[in-house]
Amino acid sequence: MTPMIDMVFQLIAFFMVLINFSEVEQDQRVNLPLSELAKPPEVAYEKPITLQMTEDEGIILNAGGTDLLTIDELRIALKREAQIIRAAGKDVRLSDVTVIVRADKNARTGMVQEMIEAAQDAEFETFALRGQQADVQLRTDEQR
Amino acid sequence: MKIRKKIREDDTALQMTPMIDIVFQLLVFFIMTFKIVLPEGDFNIRMPPPATQQSSPPDTSPTLTLRMTAGTDGALSSLKLGDRSFDDAGGTTAFDKLRGYIIDLVNDEGGPGTASDREVELECDYDLDYEHVIQAITAVSGYIKDGQRYKLIERIRFAPPVE
Repeated sequence: MTPMIDMVFQLIAFFMVLINFSEVEQDQRVNLPLSELAKPPEVAYEKPITLQMTEDEGIILNAGGTDLLTIDELRIALKREAQIIRAAGKDVRLSDVTVIVRADKNARTGMVQEMIEAAQDAEFETFALRGQQADVQLRTDEQR
Repeated sequence: MKIRKKIREDDTALQMTPMIDIVFQLLVFFIMTFKIVLPEGDFNIRMPPPATQQSSPPDTSPTLTLRMTAGTDGALSSLKLGDRSFDDAGGTTAFDKLRGYIIDLVNDEGGPGTASDREVELECDYDLDYEHVIQAITAVSGYIKDGQRYKLIERIRFAPPVE
């Protein structure tokens, strides 16, 4: 009996450690493009806003939200968001807010740029384009 | 008064069955909710709105323009940096060739391992798959050699999409 319980506890500990409850902002509807250089931020962003775009070019503004917005709806929502941040006081400036762009790899570039432009219209300035880390060995090394 | 000295010893054995029940339940829960999540990383880009951009002093080094056109289904059909075009011929991808060119360019200007203060402007077709934009940014912004990360050009800007 004892060895079995030992093993089972080990397994439980293994899965408990690996489970990730905090990744609520990662949406399964978005397949990120791969990039070997995408590096996780060293310090967490002070005040991130995550914009996500699915393959069908619907926009998810609030992480975990189920409804997909259009560009026009996003513009209104971002303006409102900017107003809330401005009203909150002087500790957080709009230029310090990082807009994380998680766009699907098959989304059209033009739509992604329109999404970024909508954020720029709301006076956000700092953007982070998110990619999924890939272990692609660069072939340029061997050529040179 | 009677003092009870007799301690019942037969009940002190640990009840195994309920514990194993719970432990298996926990195990099943964690196995079911387990999913492998690949780490995600960011490319940080500062993009002030166009109005404030005009007031900034003009750059001394010229901006490189990277033109990407889309074929059918948003696939990449051509990749041009300035007048130079890159293609998939010869077993290496166009992005690998672009990176090689950028490495030469940056090394000529500042010696190996130094990041350039040049700026790259991405001019993409509207229908191009976003995947290729990230590939281009990856090719332009740096490379990894022997596990070491080298920076190339990190100032990246988007031109309005070409319809």
